[in-house]
Amino acid sequence: MHIDNFATGDSLLHRLDPRVKIVVAILFSVVVAVADRYGCLATAVCLALTLLFLARLSLREVFLRLLVVNAFIVFLWLFLPFTYGGEKLFSIGPLDATREGIIYALLITVKSNTIVLALIALLATSPVVTLGHALSHLYVPDKLIHLLFFTVRYLQVLHLEYDRLRDAMRIRAFKPGTNVHTYKSFAYLLGMLLIKSFDRADRIRKAMLCRGFHGKYYLLSHFELQRVDMIMLVIMMLLVSGMASLQWIILK
Amino acid sequence: MHISEGVLSAPVLVTGAALTVAGVAVGLKKMDYEKIPQVAVLTSAFFVASLIRVPVGPSAVHLVLNGLLGLILGWAAFPAILVGVALQGLLFQFGGLTTLGVNTFIMAMPAILCYYLFGRGIGHKHSGVAMALAFACGFFAILLSSLLLALCLIFTGESFLQAAKVLVLAHLPVMVLEGVVVAFCLAFLMKVKPELLGATHAAG
Repeated sequence: MHIDNFATGDSLLHRLDPRVKIVVAILFSVVVAVADRYGCLATAVCLALTLLFLARLSLREVFLRLLVVNAFIVFLWLFLPFTYGGEKLFSIGPLDATREGIIYALLITVKSNTIVLALIALLATSPVVTLGHALSHLYVPDKLIHLLFFTVRYLQVLHLEYDRLRDAMRIRAFKPGTNVHTYKSFAYLLGMLLIKSFDRADRIRKAMLCRGFHGKYYLLSHFELQRVDMIMLVIMMLLVSGMASLQWIILK
Repeated sequence: MHISEGVLSAPVLVTGAALTVAGVAVGLKKMDYEKIPQVAVLTSAFFVASLIRVPVGPSAVHLVLNGLLGLILGWAAFPAILVGVALQGLLFQFGGLTTLGVNTFIMAMPAILCYYLFGRGIGHKHSGVAMALAFACGFFAILLSSLLLALCLIFTGESFLQAAKVLVLAHLPVMVLEGVVVAFCLAFLMKVKPELLGATHAAG
């Protein structure tokens, strides 16, 4: 399993202090999620695209990610144009599509994709472990951070374990289909995976006790805000507050 | 089972976030440092399991397994699901920051309810009863999750009503599937490693 696909790279955004990126990502998402004015959203789209450009990621990869993310949005498109009410635009059989409904669906699509693009540019450009580290500096509870660290640490290990079990099934000519045998086999696979994890967790706990673990995870490296981090933080905060003012102050 | 960014209204997002903060706080309080590796490794196991594509007729679905997660982890399911949802957001861009609370609550709340409703029943000495309860646990967890998801949409706007109804109906096969998988899985665990189901309860 590949994790941190976008995290390798040497762009400005890859090098930016993860604390700055997290703070900006949160504020940006919140403003866009509740915004409904075109001025604000247009600025947001431009900002998200600029960030994506700065992150210098493979556009093909980003596009593939977006496709998957839009499954839910496509589902909403099947309903919203017909159920929103308003001025009738065209009809398919007994269903009337309204202008307002289509605009609303379009609005949701733009908002959703803008946020995801910004999140890819800002957050996916740091390894998850680095983000966890940054979160611990942003006053997220210790236990939650530990949970995140351990989960990420064992994700790949357990995925290998899963691959092994799956290979064992394949060797025995297992072909998934819609039948009880398949579901039973998957249930046993899951059970085996849980048992193996449970035993592994016990070994980890003992190993940690041997090394004197008493509930504190020492972080060896600390972040330092460089001048470029401060400049980027100020610029992006100004842009996000600009977006917010376009939404709530101007044109009211 | 994720709601994308930019869909829900601010009141729904804020309510979801507040409820998740409360649930996670309780979960963290009940989970001492000793238990962190155990909860984390099981969280990764569930994360990996949720990547399995299980065929249902012509299409395939992913398992959610929040009912089983609740049974095994108790209140620790709340932080575990939060971490799972956050990782799905970070690694695959499923869900995002503003929907983190709502999406966590949609899956974690049924997990906790399953823990209280079925936690004692699954050890029933009559294996038929135990399996029926395990099926009910898997079924109920998805039913409740899809209802919560539908409610989030309906509270956002009346126009989502049709979409919400269809979403719940579309989850019916998933409910049955999850019930079957959880039933078989629990029967297997009770035979092979019954202490797995008791161990984390002591902490939660």
